[in-house]
Amino acid sequence: MTDLVAYGIAIVALGVAAYAGWHTYHRRDFSNPLFYAIAVLELLLIALLIGGSVALSSTTRDVDGVLFVSYLVTLVVIPPAAVLWGIAEKSRWGTGVVVIAMLTVGALSVRLLGIWKGTYA
Amino acid sequence: MPDRSDTSHGFGRVLVAVYAVFALAASARSIFQLVSKVESDTVVPYALSAFAGIVYVVATYALARNHTRLALVTITIELVGVLLVGALSLVDQGLFPDQTVWSDFGQGYGFIPLVLPFVGLWWLRRSRSPQDV
Repeated sequence: MTDLVAYGIAIVALGVAAYAGWHTYHRRDFSNPLFYAIAVLELLLIALLIGGSVALSSTTRDVDGVLFVSYLVTLVVIPPAAVLWGIAEKSRWGTGVVVIAMLTVGALSVRLLGIWKGTYA
Repeated sequence: MPDRSDTSHGFGRVLVAVYAVFALAASARSIFQLVSKVESDTVVPYALSAFAGIVYVVATYALARNHTRLALVTITIELVGVLLVGALSLVDQGLFPDQTVWSDFGQGYGFIPLVLPFVGLWWLRRSRSPQDV
């Protein structure tokens, strides 16, 4: 769990948020490229869940395991939930839900780093 | 077009999503605090944290199911809560030894807890008078 991983994922999430926001602004329907972008992020988050769990089990750091893993799991759950919730809304705001979800992923990712480093409890 | 008098559609869908995030964040955080960190002298702030979580959960439910009166009540409580706790936490740091969503006017959450009730009330008002949309 490093700065690169946490901020890397946060930046990808912000990128997807911006792309979804573009959809919202231009009243575009939920597009395939947007779906793929979310899918890529989801794969990264699954990798983070696995990698983070392994790192947690082998670290000597004083990391709150329950809190850390709950963040990892929440991160994995958010994108699929946003896609389902977003597609169900037929107005322009369907992709707006994705914007919120991606910003949340970014924020959680940065906060996850804080938990790992012990600067946030 | 979705029914404009419904609080859960259109922009409301986004609002419900934001409320859902805060419902999860506030209640999960308070459960974690109550389970792992509570001491006899910190019960009150942690109970308040749990109360904030419940308010967000009920507000999310009310907005999602178009219960406008319940939404109005919970969002008003939320507004009073964030202003009161925000002010108190600035006046006396010792009152809230641990962060809650509402301390320092929600600074730890990008001040979204401060802005959210205003957006919520605006949305309720707007969805109650469809001719304005």
